[in-house]
Amino acid sequence: MDKTQNNKAWFLVLPVLVLVAFSAVLPLMTVVNYAFNDTFGQNEFFWASLDWFEEMVTSDRLRDALGRQTLFSAIILAIEVPLGIFIALNMPKKGFWASLVLILMALPLLIPFNVVGTIWQIFGRVDIGLLGRALAAMGIDYNYTNDPLDAWFTVIIMDVWHWTSLVALLCYAGLQSIPQAYYQAARIDQATRWSVFRYIELPKMKGVLLIAVLLRFMDSFMIYTEPFVVTGGGPGNSTTFLSIDLAKMATGQFDLGPAAAFSLMYFLVILLISWVFFTVMTNLDREENR
Amino acid sequence: MSRITLSKLAHSYLPNPKGEDDFALKEMDHVWQDGGAYALLGASGCGKTTLLNIISGLVRPSQGRVLFGDQDVTDAATTERNIAQVFQFPVVYDTMTVRQNLAFPLRNRGMDAGYIARRIDQIAAMIGMEAMLDRKALGLTADAKQKISLGRGMVREDVNAILFDEPLTVIDPHMKWELRTQLKSLHREFGHTMIYVTHDQTEALTFADKVVVMYDGRVVQMGTPEELFETPAHTFVGYFIGSPGMNLLDAEVMGAEARLQGATVPLGAAYGPTTGRTQIGIRPEYVTLSDEGLPVTVRRVEDVGRHRIVRAELGGQPLNAILPEGKTLPADGTRVSFASGKVNVYANDWRVAPKGA
Repeated sequence: MDKTQNNKAWFLVLPVLVLVAFSAVLPLMTVVNYAFNDTFGQNEFFWASLDWFEEMVTSDRLRDALGRQTLFSAIILAIEVPLGIFIALNMPKKGFWASLVLILMALPLLIPFNVVGTIWQIFGRVDIGLLGRALAAMGIDYNYTNDPLDAWFTVIIMDVWHWTSLVALLCYAGLQSIPQAYYQAARIDQATRWSVFRYIELPKMKGVLLIAVLLRFMDSFMIYTEPFVVTGGGPGNSTTFLSIDLAKMATGQFDLGPAAAFSLMYFLVILLISWVFFTVMTNLDREENR
Repeated sequence: MSRITLSKLAHSYLPNPKGEDDFALKEMDHVWQDGGAYALLGASGCGKTTLLNIISGLVRPSQGRVLFGDQDVTDAATTERNIAQVFQFPVVYDTMTVRQNLAFPLRNRGMDAGYIARRIDQIAAMIGMEAMLDRKALGLTADAKQKISLGRGMVREDVNAILFDEPLTVIDPHMKWELRTQLKSLHREFGHTMIYVTHDQTEALTFADKVVVMYDGRVVQMGTPEELFETPAHTFVGYFIGSPGMNLLDAEVMGAEARLQGATVPLGAAYGPTTGRTQIGIRPEYVTLSDEGLPVTVRRVEDVGRHRIVRAELGGQPLNAILPEGKTLPADGTRVSFASGKVNVYANDWRVAPKGA
C-alpha cells in the first residue's frame, strides 16, 4: 500500500531539536572546543590538535579505569540477567500476590540513585550498619572502606539490588504475553520444564531481554552516583569507574583538555555500542516478520 | 486407544459454585466410543473447549470422573493420558525447524531416530509441507503454522484420542476443505478416536459420524447428522443446525393435531398432554408454499444460489420456507403447508416424543 508522503511532518520535530540543541548539542560543542584546545583561562585558547586524545589513549590511568569498568559491567550483567529471568519465571502470574510482588519489585527502581548509595553506605558500615555489623558478628572480616574486594562486593551487590528488578519486570512482561495454548501444547507434547524454557519462554523473551541487556549495559557503563556515594572510587582507585575518573579529572584536577577528549571518546563508545544493539534488534524484528 | 467415559462430570471455574449458573459445564454422563469421529458443536462460550480440556487433562473437573477404558484418569496429568490436542491458534516452536517441530512430541517420548525420520516424512506428505521441512518455523504464514500444529497432533500413532479445538479457524477456505478431508481419511485409516470442536455446522457435519451439540454448558443432543436434522432434541439444535434453522411456532397440541392461529396442523402422530411453553418445529425444507393451508405474509425472498429462502410471517411469528430452484412464488394469497410427519413438538424447549414411539 502506498501512503501519501508528507515531509511537513518533520516540522513537528523542530521544537525538540531546538530544545536538544540548547540543552545538549551546544554544551557538547564546548566540550569539543576544550578537547582540541589548551587554555590557561581568560577565554584564551591555543590549538592543541589531537594531543589530548593521544594523551588519553596512551594513559595507564584511563586504561585501568576502562578495565575496571568493563569488569564491573560484565559482572553485573552476568548476575542480573540470569537472576532477573529466574525471578520472572517464579513470580506469581495473577491475583493478589502478583500485584504485591510487582509493587515490591518496582520499589528499588523508584529510589533516587544517591539515596541508594546512601542506604548501602550506611548498611555496610562496620560500626552502625546492619550488614557490616552482621558480617562482623559472623566473624567475617568485612570493611568496604579499606579492602578493595569488599568494596567491589558492596558496589556489585548494591547494583544487583537496585537493578535486577528491571530485568525481572521486563522478562515478566515478555512471559505474560505468551498465550496459554503454548504451555498446554507443551504439556500435550510431553515437553520437560527445560524444553518449555528453551523453546517457548526464552524465544518469546528474546526481544525484551535484549532491551534489558542494552539498558543495563548502558547504565552500568555510565555508573557514577551510587559507587561515588558509597566508596568515592576507593579504596585507592579500586572502584574508580570511567565516569568517576572523568569527574575527578574534570572537576577535581581541572584538566579540562584531557577530560574533554576523554568524555568525547567515552560518548562515542557508548554511541557505537547502542548502534550495534539497535541493528541487532531491528534485524531480529525483520526476521520475525518475514 | 480406548473408550472415553464421562461420569457425573461437571465443572465450574469458581472455587465455590453456588447455583447451576456458576457451572461452565453442567452435570453430564457421556460415553465416547473408541474409534469414533465426533464433532462438538455449539456457540462460543457454551463449554466446548472446557470439555475438551477436561478430556485432555489440562483442566481438572470440579466434579465427576473421566475414564479411559476402565481406568480412572480424573487425576492423571496430561502427559500420562497420551492424548494429542490441536489448538485454535497455531502453536509452533519458533526457534525450531518444521522438521524439529514435528519430531518434538516423538523425541520427548524417546522414540528412535529412524522411526522419527520415517514418521516425519509421512506426516509432512499428509500436510503438504515436504518442501519446507528444513525451514525455521518462525516467519511462516498462519496457515502453514497451523498445519505444523495439526501435524504435531497427528504424529504419534499410539494416542488414546486426538482432540481438535477449532483448528481450522485461521486456515483459508480452500485449504480448510482439503485438511478436513485429510483428517477424515486419516481417521478411516488409523481409527483414532477424534473429537473435533467447532461452531461451524458444515465442518461438524462433514467431519463427524456423531455430532454432539452443546448449549449453555450442557450436551443437548448426541446423534448422527440425520438425527440432528430430522428430530432435534432441543429447540437450540433445531435453530443451530440448518440454514436457516428450524421454524418454531407457539401452538397448542391436542392429540395428533396442533392448533395455531385458529388453524389446525396435522402432526402425523399422537401426543400426550404437554406442559409449559409448547411449540411446534418444522424445517424450512419441509415448508411448501401452495394455495391451501396456513395463510402467511411474505416479507422478502433471498436468493442464495442453489435455492431461495422465503422469509414470511405467520400470525406475527417468523416463518422461513425454502423454495427449490425452478419453483416460483405463488402470485396471490400465499399459504403454506407442512410436510406430514416432519413436525416436531417441543415443550419448554425440549422435544416431546409422540405416543407409542
